[in-house]
Amino acid sequence: MAAPDIVMYEEEFNQIKGIIAKLRVDANSKVVFLVDKNGQQIAAHGEIEHLDTTSLASLTAGNVAATDGLARLIGEKEFSILFHEGEKDNIHISIVASRVILVVIFDERSSLGLVRLRVKKASEELNRVFSNIMAKVEKERANVGTTFESPFAEITDEDIDSLFS
Amino acid sequence: MTFINYASREINCKIVYYGPGLCGKTTNLQWIYEKTNPNAKGKLISLATETDRTLFFDFLPLELGTVRGFKTRFHLYTVPGQVFYDASRKLILKGVDGVIFVADSQVERMDANVEAIDNLIVNLKSQGYDLLNIPYILQLNKRDLPNVATVDEMRKALSRKTPPEPVIEACAARGTGVFETLKGVAKLVLADLTKTS
Repeated sequence: MAAPDIVMYEEEFNQIKGIIAKLRVDANSKVVFLVDKNGQQIAAHGEIEHLDTTSLASLTAGNVAATDGLARLIGEKEFSILFHEGEKDNIHISIVASRVILVVIFDERSSLGLVRLRVKKASEELNRVFSNIMAKVEKERANVGTTFESPFAEITDEDIDSLFS
Repeated sequence: MTFINYASREINCKIVYYGPGLCGKTTNLQWIYEKTNPNAKGKLISLATETDRTLFFDFLPLELGTVRGFKTRFHLYTVPGQVFYDASRKLILKGVDGVIFVADSQVERMDANVEAIDNLIVNLKSQGYDLLNIPYILQLNKRDLPNVATVDEMRKALSRKTPPEPVIEACAARGTGVFETLKGVAKLVLADLTKTS
């Protein structure tokens, strides 16, 4: 196997957390979270104590994947924004850096216009962070077998068995 | 695609249960859900039709414990088995780390098994994967039914790897072989990570 496609480092993780925390305040929203297109949650911020963020991440990715499929069927590359309107809460979903999904949940304290505006700005910042991450990953991939040290190189059968005990 | 978060020290892996319609993919997940410690699992999400046929996917997040200081999470997905949901199956394979093929052991479902495995190979290819290189387990399900093909016959018809993939006999409705299969694929996925260096 090649080096994993996404590796999150402390430095970029903190930058991402900072950006989504700021977005939550700026957009006056309840929750902001970031998921990769495969449904893995990257970071979340806001009123998430009573929220099943793992399921949210998986369903969001499924939703985006299905919508991507629809887009291609009609000759579009992707639908970069999805918006679901509820009675109280609304979900704004957008694709950042072609590979991660930014989700904002908001209620009547905010508005779609404000969320769209703030998301646009945050997306530009996130784009930069993800370019850095991808550059780092590429660099490590080029070094695979020479200097890239996987922390899992020494996983033993006992380690794995102990997970199931 | 394994997602490794060095900052929060987590590894997330995606496992997909594949197979023909009504072979028992969702049943595998339901058994795991019922028998797992409540602290270790999330909600089982089933996007199914009114007649309980999988429409898009089932999803079950599992937290297994810690390996080398990293919290290990497995996200289990099933695909819809019915032939006409092929577009959905392709989407679910995106970013997969390990595949379990659930074969229906009944003699009359052998053609459906073969068709589904061929479909798996094609769909993996469309996402840039090769069945030969991906962690993969063949589960022979419904061994308790009277009209089943022998294990040898099934191996002959369904084995696609050299050296041959691990084969596990199961009866998912009663739980036989369910955890063995999951453990088998988890081992292969984690062993795959060790090759990264």
